[in-house]
Amino acid sequence: MKPYLLERQSDARVAPKRIALIRSETPARLLDEREETAMTAPHLLVREVILVQVVVIALAVLSLFFDAALEEIADPYRTPNPAKAAWYFLGLQELLHYFPPVVAGVLLPVLVVIGIVVIPYVGVNLEVVGFYERPWKRNLAIVASVVGAVCALLAAYHVWPVLVPTVILFGLMALPGVAFTPDRIRRPLARVPLADWIMTWFVTVAVILTLIGILFRGPGWTWTWPWRDGIY
Amino acid sequence: MDWVKALTGNRVWRSIVRHGIRATNRNRVMLVMENVLLHLHPAKVRRRNLELSSTYYLGGLSLTLFAVLVMTGLYLMLYYHPSVPQAYDDMKELQFVVSNGVFLRNMHRWAAHAMVLAVFFHMLRVFYHRAYRPPREFNWVVGVVLLILTLLLSYTGYLLPWDQLSFWAVSVGTNMVKATPVLGPKFRFLLLGGNIVGENALLRFYVLHCALLPLALVLGIAIHLWRVRKDGGVRGSAGRARAAERRNGRVQP
Repeated sequence: MKPYLLERQSDARVAPKRIALIRSETPARLLDEREETAMTAPHLLVREVILVQVVVIALAVLSLFFDAALEEIADPYRTPNPAKAAWYFLGLQELLHYFPPVVAGVLLPVLVVIGIVVIPYVGVNLEVVGFYERPWKRNLAIVASVVGAVCALLAAYHVWPVLVPTVILFGLMALPGVAFTPDRIRRPLARVPLADWIMTWFVTVAVILTLIGILFRGPGWTWTWPWRDGIY
Repeated sequence: MDWVKALTGNRVWRSIVRHGIRATNRNRVMLVMENVLLHLHPAKVRRRNLELSSTYYLGGLSLTLFAVLVMTGLYLMLYYHPSVPQAYDDMKELQFVVSNGVFLRNMHRWAAHAMVLAVFFHMLRVFYHRAYRPPREFNWVVGVVLLILTLLLSYTGYLLPWDQLSFWAVSVGTNMVKATPVLGPKFRFLLLGGNIVGENALLRFYVLHCALLPLALVLGIAIHLWRVRKDGGVRGSAGRARAAERRNGRVQP
């Protein structure tokens, strides 16, 4: 099969010229380069068909071997202990254990949603340079004070499952700023942008809280070990 | 093959499918552009984005799971009555009377769990690849709405089997709503059609789960995919482009 080639034209009547107007204070630089392309049919469509097949087969196999839970009929007069929400809300329910309902059930979820929505409109998230690839001393001091304040608040409410990963992640983030950190560790850490540190912190905390809610909480929301007491 | 030519060459066929079947680039473009579903795609895509590490196909995975959920959900609706205690009896019917009823319910349940995960991972992928940067800011917001709609769909569906698990999970959730100052109790009353999780709540969750929320999600997905096209196509991992930006320093918004 002959390759498909676009003819390059120098005749302005056939191929219109494009003129870019650039303000004098803007340094001209390449933001986007034309990348190599492939025909959607068949290259992308074939992959999509395979994706659908893999998903349907995997779900069918899963459904053959594992049954969806069904307990006895709902009874408003018989409260199970513990009464757990759907698994993706168990992180919130775990927070309910530490904070008053208006904080854990309303304030924090609303803040999380707002925080995620505004991501593309906040300057920190538009940077691609690592935290240590620019002047960082003042920024690190700001981050440290914010982390300190958050940790004080978490300690006041005894939220250890959030406080511990917060301290560990901040420690990792601060490592490249410490003089005796070996280069092998410093270099990859220094390249991570601040936005990635914040998101990684959020995801880590969310996953830990959710896993605790799913696996480690039993009657009266007391701590249980799944291998000893089972999963409630 | 003569019969292929006869089938695809006649006037009726060509009135439906306007392009021929020869593997020319023109026909490949027409195949995408002239099909109402396929025209969500551009005729050509960046070759890099075909690689797994570019998007991990997470958006497509979410959409596929949603399609599975719509289809299995429609089947389940044939056997389901949103009333107390018939809803629970219908679960038992699925188990003991309906052919492959358990398989059907399992498929719906696992696809639902998988979709929550897939949409969440899709969001993470877009974040770590910085694919939300201008001009794609608003599509990120649309995506967050889709994530919330997915969670609401999963949550409203949770009540429908009307067993102990679903009843108390929803009770815990709606009690959290009650904690909202001023509007909380009123909103909870609106959601449940009363002060307790009862027959009215089941009916309302059924309507939300089977009509309102899926329609909203389909509309949202349409906007989301349309914006992907309008904002310059899928933004996979930046790869070389990101390296160029790193050399240039901070990217201006």
